[in-house]
Amino acid sequence: MNPARSEWPLWEVFVRPRSGLEHKHCGSLHATDATMALQLAREVYTRRQEGISIWVVPSTQITASDPGDREMFFDPMEDKVYRHPTFYTLPEPVNHL
Amino acid sequence: MNSENRRQDTPRGRAGEPSPIAEPLDAGGRAASITIGDSPELRYVLRLADTCLIHAQRLTEWCGHAPVLEEDIALSNLALDLLGQARALLTHAGAIDGRGYDEDRLAFLREERDYLNLTLVEQPLRRGSAHSPGGDFADTQVRNLLLAVWLKLTWERLQSSSDAELAAVAGKAVKEARYHVEHAAGWVIRLGDGTQESSRRTQAAIERIWPFTAEMFADDEVDRAISARGIGPARSALLEPWLVEVQAVIDEAGVGMPGASRFISSGSRGMHSEHLGFVLAEMQSLQRTYPGGVW
Amino acid sequence: MYTQAMDTAPREDRQAAHRTEDQRELERRFEERIDAGDPIEAKDWMPEHYRRTLVRQISQHAHSEIVGMLPEGNWVTRAPTLKRKAILLAKIQDEAGHGLYLYSAAETLGTSRDQMLGALHSGQAKYSSIFNYPTLTWADVGVIGWLVDGAAIMNQVPLTRCSYAPYARAMVRICREESFHQRQGFDALLTMMRQGTPEQRAMVQDATNRWWWPSLMMFGPPDSESVHGAQGMRWGIKRISNDDLRQTFIDAAAEQAMVLGISLPDPDLKWNEIRGHYDFGAIDWDEFWRVVGGDGPCNRERLAARVRAWDEGAWVREAALAYARKSSGVQQEAA
Repeated sequence: MNPARSEWPLWEVFVRPRSGLEHKHCGSLHATDATMALQLAREVYTRRQEGISIWVVPSTQITASDPGDREMFFDPMEDKVYRHPTFYTLPEPVNHL
Repeated sequence: MNSENRRQDTPRGRAGEPSPIAEPLDAGGRAASITIGDSPELRYVLRLADTCLIHAQRLTEWCGHAPVLEEDIALSNLALDLLGQARALLTHAGAIDGRGYDEDRLAFLREERDYLNLTLVEQPLRRGSAHSPGGDFADTQVRNLLLAVWLKLTWERLQSSSDAELAAVAGKAVKEARYHVEHAAGWVIRLGDGTQESSRRTQAAIERIWPFTAEMFADDEVDRAISARGIGPARSALLEPWLVEVQAVIDEAGVGMPGASRFISSGSRGMHSEHLGFVLAEMQSLQRTYPGGVW
Repeated sequence: MYTQAMDTAPREDRQAAHRTEDQRELERRFEERIDAGDPIEAKDWMPEHYRRTLVRQISQHAHSEIVGMLPEGNWVTRAPTLKRKAILLAKIQDEAGHGLYLYSAAETLGTSRDQMLGALHSGQAKYSSIFNYPTLTWADVGVIGWLVDGAAIMNQVPLTRCSYAPYARAMVRICREESFHQRQGFDALLTMMRQGTPEQRAMVQDATNRWWWPSLMMFGPPDSESVHGAQGMRWGIKRISNDDLRQTFIDAAAEQAMVLGISLPDPDLKWNEIRGHYDFGAIDWDEFWRVVGGDGPCNRERLAARVRAWDEGAWVREAALAYARKSSGVQQEAA
C-alpha cells in the first residue's frame, strides 16, 4: 500500500464548551470514519464533559480563504498570489448558522 | 521479622490520622493478607468490584502500546471508568463487611481465593504470562464488548436496587457502560468486517473467550439470595438480552458465534484460572513489600 | 519540555543564494512580522528554514510526550493504591493527548503523522533523552512528576508565546493540563517523606539521586555550545537561554527539596548571596551526549517498544481503513 493510502485521514475538531458559545477549533486527530472521529474527539478534546457539542470535519473538506494579509503583498493591487506549499489547508473557524 | 513483631502502635492513615486497623505482618515481614466475611451481599458486590478492577488492570497494559495514539487515550479512559466503578464498589464492600477495610486494603491485601471476579477478565489481553501467549487488539475489543454489554445490563437493573448505595453507583456507571458498549461494538465491527486478517483474528478472539462467558449467566446461591432481596439481578436474567445485543454486533461484524461450551469457569467463586495469580502478584507487590506504607 | 531539539539537530542547509527579489522581499516582511510579534499562521508565507525547523522541533516535542508514556506506564499496574493508579493513568493519558495536539500542530506545516512516526522509528528523529533512563522504583514516578515535569513546564511556558501560532496554541492547552502533573508528583513524594516508613523515605532519596543530574540536562547543552539557539531566539521559537532556564530550575528545586526533606546529590550546591542564585556542580556532558547519541540505559528499549506497538498495530489500522472504505463505497483514496 502506498503511504498516502495507508494513513488514517485527518479530521478537524470544533467544540462548543458551554451552551451559548460558538464552536471553536481545537485541533485535529486521525480517524477512519465520522463515528470514530466523534468518539475520539470526545476522549481527546473534552474528557467526557456532559452537554458539550462536537463537530468533526475531514480536513480535506474545509475550504479556507487565502491569508489575504495585504502586508504580505508589496503591491496591494497586484494579483500575483503566492502559494504556500502546505499539505493541508488550515481551517479557520467557519461560522455555521 | 517474626510474627510476634506485630505493630502495637497503629500506623498512620493517609491524612495523618490513625487508622483503626493494626498492620499485621506475615512470617516473612510482608503485609499479611486480610480475611473478609462471606455474606451474599458482600460476595455480590465483590464480584462486580473485582470484575471491574481486574478488567481495568488488564486494559492498562495497553498504555503506550496501542495501535494508534488516539486509541491509547480511549483505552485509558475505559480503564479509568472501570477503576472508578471498582473503587466505589470496593468502598461499599468494606462498609458491608464492617471491619473497617477501605478500597486499598481490599484490593491489595486479599488473597486470590477471596477475589471474586469473573474468570473472563483475568485472561491475557496483550502481554502473555510465562506459560501462556498474550492476546491482541481483537481480544481486547471482543472482551470489552462482551463485558460492557453484561455490565450495562447489570447497571440498568441495579438502578432500582434495594441497596441505595449500589443504586447510586449504578446511576453513574450505566452511562459509562453505554459508551463502552458503543466503543467496543464499533471496533468489533470494524475488525470483523475490515480485512481478511482482522476478520480471522476477530473470529479467533471470539472462539478463545467464549468458554468463559457461561459463568456470566450461571446462578448460584449468591444470585438467588440477592435477587430474592431485590438487591440485584440474578446472572441468568441477563442471558437473553445479552445474547440479543451481542449477536447483533457479531452478525454485523460478519463473524460467527461459537457454540455453547459445557465449561463453566468459577472465578466468581474464588477458584480462578492460572492467570489471576500473576495479575495479583504484580498489582499487590508494593503494598506487600512495604507494610505500613503510606502512599 | 524538549527544546533540546533545537540545539542538537543537524544544521539545515540554507536555501540557495539564488532567491528572487520577490522572495527576498517576502523574507524581509516575514522578519518584520516576527519583530512586531505578529503570530504566524499555517497558511502564511514563511522561510523554508523556519518551516523545517518548526516541523522538527514540534514533532520531536510530540515524540517526547509519546515516549515519555513508557517509563511511567511501567508502574501503572504496580501503583500502590487505587487512587495513585488512577492519577498516574490520567497523567499518562494526558501525555498521549499532548503528543496528539503537537502532531496536529506539526501537520499544519506540511508533514503527516505517518511521516513523523517514520522518522522516530527509524531513529532519525529525536525525543527528549530524559526518557532513556529507567524507572526502577515507585518513587521514580513521583520524582519524574517533580523534577522532569517541573523542567518541562519551565521550557514550555515560554513556548506559549512562540511566533508560530498553532504551536503556541497547543502549548497553552498543554501548560494548562500540565500543572497538575508536577503537583501530583510532588504530593506523592511529600506523602512518603512525611507519613511514610523509613524504607519509603530511602526510596525517594534513591530516586532523587538518580534523576537529578539527567533533569538538569533536559535544558540542553550550555549556551556557549548551543548551535541553533541564536536562530531560534530570533524567530521566537526559543525565547529563553538554556543556562538561564537551568539556573531558574535549580533555584526552585533546591527550595522544594528542603520542603521534602531530601538532599540533592550535588556537594557543590550552595546559595550564592552575591549572584542571588544557587551555585551548582559540573554537569557530566559526556553522559548527556552519550545518551542523546543512543547509548543511554534504555534508548534501544524505548524505541523498540514504540516500533513494536506500531508494527503490531498495522493490521488494526488497515482494518479500520478497509472497513471505512467499504462502508462509504470508496474504492480509491482521494489524493
